[in-house]
Parts: sequence; C-alpha cells; structure tokens
Amino acid sequence: MRFAIIVFPGSNCDRDCAHVLGTVLRQEVRFVFHKERALPPTDCVVLPGGFSYGDYLRSGAIARFSPIMGDVVRFAQAGGLVFGICNGFQILLEAGLLPGAMRPNDSGRFVCRDVFLRVENADTALTRACRPGQVLSIPIAHAEGRYHAPPDLLDPMTRAGQVLFRYVDRKGRTRESANPNGSVEHIAGVMNRQGNCFGMMPHPERASERVLGSEDGRLLFESLVRSLRRG
Amino acid sequence: MPTGMRELALAQGLTEAEWERILATLRREPTEAEVAVFAAMWNEHVSYKTSRPYLKQLPTRGPRVLVGPGENAGVVDLGGGLAACFKMESHNHPSYIEPFQGAATGVGGILRDIFTMGARPIANLDSLRFGSPSHPRTSYLVSGVVSGIAHYGNCMGVPTVGGELVFDPTYDQNCLVNVFTLGVVRKDRIFYGRASVPGSIVVYVGSATGRDGIHGASMASAAFESDASLRRPTVQVGDPFAEKCLLEACLELMDRGLILGIQDMGAAGITCSTFEMAARGGTGMKVDLSRVPLRAAGMTPAEILLSESQERMLLVTSPGGLGAVLGVLAAWDLCGAAIGEVTDTGRMEMTFEGKKVVDLPVALLTDEAPVYERPWAVPADLPTRWTLPAMPPRREVWESFLDLLDDPSFRSRAPVFEQYDHMVQVGTVVRPGEADAAVIRLLDAPPRGLAVVSDGNGAMCWLDPAAGAFNVVAEAVLNLACVGARPLGLTDCLNFGNPERPQVMWEFREAVRGLAEACAAFQTPVTGGNVSFYNETAGRSIFPTPVVGVVGLVEDVGRVARAGFQRAGDAVVLLGPSEARLDGSLYLRRRTGEVRGRPARADPVLHAALCDLLASTIESGLLHSAHDVSDGGLLFALAECVVSSPEQLGAVLDLSFASEDPERLLLGEAPSRAIVTLAQEGLAVLEAASRERGVPFLHLGVVGGPLLRADPFVSIPVETLLARHHAPLPGL
Repeated sequence: MRFAIIVFPGSNCDRDCAHVLGTVLRQEVRFVFHKERALPPTDCVVLPGGFSYGDYLRSGAIARFSPIMGDVVRFAQAGGLVFGICNGFQILLEAGLLPGAMRPNDSGRFVCRDVFLRVENADTALTRACRPGQVLSIPIAHAEGRYHAPPDLLDPMTRAGQVLFRYVDRKGRTRESANPNGSVEHIAGVMNRQGNCFGMMPHPERASERVLGSEDGRLLFESLVRSLRRG
Repeated sequence: MPTGMRELALAQGLTEAEWERILATLRREPTEAEVAVFAAMWNEHVSYKTSRPYLKQLPTRGPRVLVGPGENAGVVDLGGGLAACFKMESHNHPSYIEPFQGAATGVGGILRDIFTMGARPIANLDSLRFGSPSHPRTSYLVSGVVSGIAHYGNCMGVPTVGGELVFDPTYDQNCLVNVFTLGVVRKDRIFYGRASVPGSIVVYVGSATGRDGIHGASMASAAFESDASLRRPTVQVGDPFAEKCLLEACLELMDRGLILGIQDMGAAGITCSTFEMAARGGTGMKVDLSRVPLRAAGMTPAEILLSESQERMLLVTSPGGLGAVLGVLAAWDLCGAAIGEVTDTGRMEMTFEGKKVVDLPVALLTDEAPVYERPWAVPADLPTRWTLPAMPPRREVWESFLDLLDDPSFRSRAPVFEQYDHMVQVGTVVRPGEADAAVIRLLDAPPRGLAVVSDGNGAMCWLDPAAGAFNVVAEAVLNLACVGARPLGLTDCLNFGNPERPQVMWEFREAVRGLAEACAAFQTPVTGGNVSFYNETAGRSIFPTPVVGVVGLVEDVGRVARAGFQRAGDAVVLLGPSEARLDGSLYLRRRTGEVRGRPARADPVLHAALCDLLASTIESGLLHSAHDVSDGGLLFALAECVVSSPEQLGAVLDLSFASEDPERLLLGEAPSRAIVTLAQEGLAVLEAASRERGVPFLHLGVVGGPLLRADPFVSIPVETLLARHHAPLPGL
C-alpha cells in the first residue's frame, strides 16, 4: 500500500513513521513537502508528530494553511484514509477534519512517558487488528494534548463510536491518575463520522518493535494496511 | 562611556599587555570594529589562552578517531561506513543569569556543532549542577533550565536520553549546565569548518542578526560580581523552530554536494566563524558586513561582528553553487546572503557601507592568539582537606542508611526526563533512569547501538583533582560496561573557577593530568570539548568539576543490561573489591557536613578487567542486570537496584563480610565495583570468568521479596525505599 507522509516545517516524527511503515511493515512510503499543492497517488495520508511552525500561536494552527492541506482536505472528503498523530492530530482538528479542540496539558508541562489506552471501537480502519476493550501500551510526548469537546458535540460522537481510545490504567480502568493531560472523558484519539479520518495523541510508531518495549502500536498500522487491502 | 580605542579595548576585557601587542603588531590604532574582533577572539572562552598548553596532554588519537579536537565536534569510526560525531559544551554563565534561555541556547549551540559536521543529531545529554536544594535561587534555576532544555530539544526532535542532576552548595551562585549531543554521519560525508578554496563564496545562513548576545563570549570569560542579573542582556534568545529548519536545510545542502565548508555561529558570531574558517583553510576572506541580514535598524559594524543571535551558520560554496544554495534555503524559508569571498591573502578584510572597517591578519587572531602560563600553587589547606574529620558518636547502620536515602541523589529523575521527549527518532532502547547509561540503536546498522553517559564529581575533584578526574573517567567507562558497551571516545567540559587564582590553576593542571592518564589507561581518546573558567561569584570559586561525556559501542541492542533487579530468584553478586573508604563519601558529607578525606584513585588494571568482564558477560547474555557502586556506597547502590526494578523486587542478602566495620564498608565508597544479577545456574561461570580476570567476586544473596534485607544490618520494606525515591526534587 502507498502511504504519503506530510513534512511540515518542524515535523519531527516523519522519519519515525516512515521507518515503521517502510522498514518494519514493508509498505511504499513517500514524503510530501508541505509546499506541494497536490498529493501524489496514495492510499493513505499520514500527518506526523512534531512542532509544525514551532507550535507558535497554537499547535497546528499555522500548518493547516500550508499549501498541501487543500489537497489533504479534498482527499479526506473523497473518503481517503487520513491519520494524524500528535501534532498531526492537532492539525486535523485545526483544519476541521476532526471534531473537537486541543488545549495545553493541565499540568502545564510537556510530558513524555508510556501510557495505557483502551480501544473503545475495534471496528474501524485504524483499530480492526485490535480486540474491543484491548489495553495498549503506547507512549505520549506532548505539551498540548488535553482534548476538549463540549457535551453537545461529544455525546453524539460517543454514540457514533467516534471515540477510539481512552487513557486507562494498566487494568483498563479510566482513572484520573491515568489521564496524563486532563483530556475530557479521558479521550486519547477520535475519528470523523465517516470513519476515514483519525487522530490520536499517543505515538504508535514508537511502540511498534519489541526492542523499544512495546509492539502494541503496530496493530494500528497493520489495521490500516489491512483496511486498504480490502479496498 | 570609553572615549579612545585603548579605553574601549580595556572595557571589553583586553589587558594592557594585549593592547600593547596589538599596537606593536598593527603599527596603528585598531578601528572600533577591530577592537571588538580582538576582544572577542582573544578572550578565554574563544582562545583557550590559559588552557591550551595543558590540553595538549590529553590523548586524542586512536584507531577509530576520524576527527579530533579543533573542529566543531569529534568523530569516531563505527565501521560499515558510519561514524559517530559528538561534543559537550558548557552554558554555565548564561544559564545562571537567565536559566530558560541560557539552557535552551546551550542546547541549540551544541546541536549546531554536530550538524555542522554533516551528522544528524540522535541524542542529547544534560549534566546539570545546582546549589543546595534549600538555597533560595535553586528551585528557580532548576525549573528554568529543565524547561529551557525541553523547549529546545523537544522541538528539534532530538531525544534527551540522560545526564546528571546534582545539588551541592558549591554551585549556589554558579550553576553548571553542560550539554552533550551525539550524531551519526556517513564516514565519507564529513564536513569541516574550513574555507580552503580561494574564489569560493561565503554565505550567511539562518536567522537575521540582532543585538542579542553581544559580548556573550566575554561574559563567559569573567567572574560574576554580586548581581549577575545585570548581565541579562548578554544572554541570547533561542528559536528552536528556526534551528529545526536550519538543520534540515543544511543536511539537504550537504546531500546535494553544495557545501565546501561550514561552521556554526556560536560564541562571537560572525567574527569567530569567519576567522576560524579562514584560519583552518589557510586562506583569507573579503566580507561586506552591509550584506548581513539584520533584524535591528542602525547596527554598527562592531555590533554585527559581536552579535550572538542564534540559529545562524556560515558556509562556503562554489560560485556556481550559490543559486542552488539560495534555492534550498528559500524552500525552508531561511535567510541566505552571499556576504563575501575566500581569498589567498591570509587577511580578513571587512567593509561596511563601502568603508573598510577590519583589515587584520587571520593568524594573529587565531593560531597566534596569546597563550598564558598562569602561576599555580598547591592550596595551603590541602593537608586539612585530606584529614578525616572527627566522627559523631556511632549509630546503627540502618539509621545512617535511612538518612542517606533522604539525599536528593536517591530521588527519581522522572520529573526531569518526562519533560524531555526521550523517545523521538524511535531509537531509544534503554531510556533515562533505567540503567547506568542510555542506549540508542543505530537504525542504519542493526543490531548495533551506541551507549552514552555523562559523569562528574566536584567534591572528589576538590579533594584530589588528579585522582578525582581519573575516577570520573573510570566511572563513565564502568557505566558503559554496565549496559554492555565498550568505549569509543570522550568529550569533556572542564568547569573551573577563576584561573587567575593560583590554587584554581593547580586544580586545573591536576585535573587535566588525571583525565589524560585515565583516557590513556582506558583507551578512550578525547575528541573535543570545552573549558569553562571563571565559575566564581564574589570571590568564591566552584569545586573543580570536570564533566565527561563518553560514547560506547553496543554490538547487539537486544542484549543490554539495565540497573534494576529483573527476575525473582536471581543471584546477586558484587564484582570488585569489598573494601571501601569514607574519604569524600556522600555519607561522610551528610554525617559531618564536611568534604574531607583523600579519595583513592581507581586501579587501572583492575578497573579495565572489571569493565571487560561486564561487557563480555552482558554480550553473552549471562547477566540480567548490572549497576555500578558509586556515590553513596554499597547499600545505596543496592537500594537503587530495587527502586529501578520494573517489578520492584527486593532482595535477601548476607553482608556479614562487613561485620568488622559496617559503617565504612557499607556506606563508604570505592571505585571499580558493580552489583550484577544472573540466574543461579550461571554463578559458576561468572565466578570462573571473574577469577580469570582477577576481579574479586562476592555472592551476596538472592533477588525477590518485599524487603531489602541486608543481614545482619538492615531490613527495609521496598515501599519505604520507593517513598524516598519518589520524594519531590526542588523546582520540579
């Protein structure tokens, strides 16, 4: 399958995603510089983590105006798979491709550590290799990861299965102490109503090989590959 | 305001003798811009005029060394066409004045040193030393420095994987911020800070030049009087986003073969980069300062020359390559401007608005810069330092041990490294806090990896600078061995007080001697580093604090060892001598409040044998964990093995060997010791391997249970150890 990884100025997980998709999963990977106006032929667009435009103003707020974003939006509206990780998730929120908004962590600090996620919906293109309720160990690394959506937005999202992951403890229970940033209802990742646009704060590409301590993140990339194979 | 040039020169830190030499050599008065150039190039921070004669003692060659000291960073061969590029630098003075920006720009500067060589940075370390936890400024400094490092390193996408965090009253008014970066470069694509080809074009790259950081280098070459905050305008402001773009643009220019030479603009900005590139190339330059992109109106030539605005590089390209260079810079939205050309005159000729403002021989400012043999003297109180103080009445070992666990050095560093992105680049195999060194895999050469560690010990170096510095290197090498790595090379930050004081010069001489001997003994060549003098406030110098960063090679990142106990039922073994001394120990400091005694220098033969034993038995998979016994002694190290155990396993141990003097043997310190664990079935193999290498072997007991039981002295619940371990650190 063909993956296009968008490189914004300040992206810094672009090569990490390429490593997992290309070297570990043997997929075709292309970097697309943000100044391009058109995507190359591709099956899935990945918006990687990092500090696009230095996170100045607000995470993702400037990147959404990059020339390539016009075509990313068209690709998504046509039903193409789009996956935003960390800063990529923030950009998708700013671009209106995903519902909700992001605020600074309630600790006021950048935080990098392993967290546990519970798969809330295992019937999506990003999670079909997981079991419902499966607990995944995947690291986070962000300063602005407190997901927010008002109840009138969140309730229908929840009912429609758009909440993909919640922060939980080792045993899979939602607990304040297991919520690393104060996200509303412990939300770590969501998708759009159509089910083709995904965003999550944790970094699955950092948990895709045994030597790094966890392979749970690979399930998500494998889900994407499997979904694309189905067509 | 000074009126004449002489007054200006003296005000900028040049001495009377240096001024006379300038007049005699030039046979005219220098211009204002030239005075600025002399002041910048002849100060301690840039010229190493005090330290240069001593640094020659350091062993800098080895079969793997590709680039030694004198370039922007050292490079060692990793085989298979790859090389490791690394360097450590201090940013002490600016970090004390303005901790956030001081530390952030320190990280920015060391990163530039690495990618200037053509290497992509893959890991950072930060060795931090602050004053007493109770000093009113400590919390402010800690929180500012840590968040400044996080701000810069995280945005750059370079993982910060380790370092040190030390508290000691000696650093109350002079914190130490030593930053280290490791990069990886293709052996056939190393770049140098040289302008070798006359007729090639000098290109300014990166952020525009402003008035920030003017006189930064001379600020770092003077002691603080009482109020260091008055010097705040000399600290630069960092923009990691600009540097990330600069990094990618430079690596792209290098990939496309567009660069003939390149150097970052660090201390003394345009001045230092132009002069040093011309000096290394044996050439001259013509530079038009009016073409330098500016961010402030009305800057004088002297201000342009001295600005330390961050995120700037100087590169040399061929006339035909200029268009392509500017194209790449434009794609990354960076400034680029051709500001001059390389000549064969050996002179630096600079103009501003059509007027010549600098015309100086390059060598006078570089190779021929002054060198000083400063007087030195053995401190008069040395015999007192070496005498142990009277001990308070004896108490039970467990009481003393509990007190030791209250020391900030026992506390978890997680509140620091969780603020750093330590996993970006998907290379971090051994994370901060897990082991004696961090391990980064080489994505281009699996299953190999690099281990990195930094070490220093100011108190021991104050007691005996030569033995102390020797032991610092020994400890770093042992730390590498404890993850299964063998050393490749070393970089150092030599943090000292005011070299104009003879006792400080003695400390420096002795410490460099100790470093040189250790690097030779452990076959660890020095590939670069820096010297930071004038860590002194109101007449009080810091402990002499040489800090080293050492890089080691790991053959298989799937077979590394971590510090914590891994499996219940494993045997616990002490490798190395069971003897120890109270001299200079953490225990003695806490018990008596005094830094006293004479530390023993590590035995190089035994130490090398221990390191080889550890690396070999980790490589072969025999050991399940390994941790060196250093500050705090044996019991303290065992407690560290418990709190860093993933399953929080205790242990049941027989320490009756210490019965004759438990205080000294269990709480005292000695080099060349490690605690290892392994399956019971492997004990005989390890014992034989130890005997073969002449390393003492002592079977202490077994891993497991809810207690750290060290019969017949101590029995402490793991819970208690964890509570001490997770006590908060100041400012975090």
